[in-house]
Amino acid sequence: MLCDNCKERDAVVHLTRIVDNAVTQLHLCEKCAAAKGVETTLAVPQHPLGDILQAVQQQASSTAEDAAACGFCGATARDFRATGRLGCPHCYEAMEKSLRELLRRLHGSSRHVGQRYEEPVAHVASKSDSVHDLRDRLQRAVDAEQFELAAELRDRIRVIE
Amino acid sequence: MTAPRAALDLSLLPDGGVRWLDASGPNADVVISTRMRLARNVSGYAFTGRARDGERLRMLAQVRDALGAVPSLRGSVLVRLEELATVDRQLLHERHLVSKELAGLDPVHPIRSGAAVFLGESVGLLVNEEDHLRLQALRSGFSVPEAFESVRRLDRELGSQVPYAFHREFGYLTACPTNAGTGLRASVLIHLPGLVLTKEIGKVLAGLQQMGLTYRGLYGEGSEVVGNFFQLSNQTTLGRSEEELQDLLVRVVRHVIEREEEARRVLVRDAGYIIEDKLWRAYGTLRYARSLTFDEAMNYLSGVRLASGLKLITGLSVYTLNKLLIFAQSAHLARLEQRTLTESETNLARAKYVRQVLVSEGGGVE
Repeated sequence: MLCDNCKERDAVVHLTRIVDNAVTQLHLCEKCAAAKGVETTLAVPQHPLGDILQAVQQQASSTAEDAAACGFCGATARDFRATGRLGCPHCYEAMEKSLRELLRRLHGSSRHVGQRYEEPVAHVASKSDSVHDLRDRLQRAVDAEQFELAAELRDRIRVIE
Repeated sequence: MTAPRAALDLSLLPDGGVRWLDASGPNADVVISTRMRLARNVSGYAFTGRARDGERLRMLAQVRDALGAVPSLRGSVLVRLEELATVDRQLLHERHLVSKELAGLDPVHPIRSGAAVFLGESVGLLVNEEDHLRLQALRSGFSVPEAFESVRRLDRELGSQVPYAFHREFGYLTACPTNAGTGLRASVLIHLPGLVLTKEIGKVLAGLQQMGLTYRGLYGEGSEVVGNFFQLSNQTTLGRSEEELQDLLVRVVRHVIEREEEARRVLVRDAGYIIEDKLWRAYGTLRYARSLTFDEAMNYLSGVRLASGLKLITGLSVYTLNKLLIFAQSAHLARLEQRTLTESETNLARAKYVRQVLVSEGGGVE
């Protein structure tokens, strides 16, 4: 949303006022708000994505990790920067170092201290599930032109079948 | 896609999915609702955004098959969002039962195959949202422990049937690292007109950000604050336990409620007749206007809600005020009128609906 005053910058201060018996809403950028004498000590709610991208970009500096693809889903650090989302749980291992730093910046800690989880013992993936799963991964690897990974997945499917 | 779309039968939903509006919870005049949400992902699949259609559908089937052993969702209704018309998806979103992303209402995230929600008596399970699973409990008023207990129970039951993605150091793994760790977002929807009118709100919001909470509008992330309704929730999810995150929310919200009550006392003391006049004018507008935009309706409703809290207007129940908040939205009005409405027709329908409710459910007598 643009500032109601200058119509140029994004509005970051949203005022609800009752003036002459009418409720009005005023949306101002920080500059115009300050010029109008509106108190702007109010911190702007930060978009989590903005934080992430900034933090990741600062540290990424095109390391080997930046270009390496996750072995499970084929996502790279570059994909993460573009979407703000990781590809699969294995990405946390593929990008462990930079994610640990990012989590520290976002949360002030990278260590989970809440409830621990034990995977159900009864869970054993059936043969058909894993073939399905490998085929999906193969297709994704082909789509992303990750042919080395694709060849490895194709071999694993052959072994199971 | 041109496949025929089934109309949503709301009578199938337990309590229409809006029991949280009934104002039966603690501090219901200030805190409309409490929501607890846990983000979980099922191991063995790519996260929703990267998963292929088949993967999402298989994951949904795996979860559905597991629900026989999940008492919290016994008798729940499965709604496949991709099978619904946009207006019905919007209606579920207006009732706070599904997120904007899951409902496919966000232009960046069109409706996905496998997008679904299981709606139970006290909990809901969103499937194929940003994360595979979003477990949520909504309660009336300021009810943090009750809401958390419901969602924790569902989490234990489901997690013993379906393998979650969990990391020894990072905790529960989520598509966006902002949710990793506990995956817990604990929030309240709170009405703070006193703090807005006394211009104290800036300080209060800045203070709660320092404490580790964040605020948003009526519809969560990216939504604007209208009608002085704020959603307050924990900013971080990792490095603190579920209990610590709840305690933080409870402590800060209690303080905010006290500040709001103090601001209302100041308003009555220092600006008695001016405030009284303005609030009655808000009531008058709602009672007689022929066309109301959503923002207008929310702002006047905020005034009437405050007037009711200050006992200036009597006879209007908090439940009626809550109902107006949800049922005066566009998808609800389109359903009421049983047709698609243009924006100006929606504004007319909104004014008509608000008038009818105010006439039939009393209030206004001095």
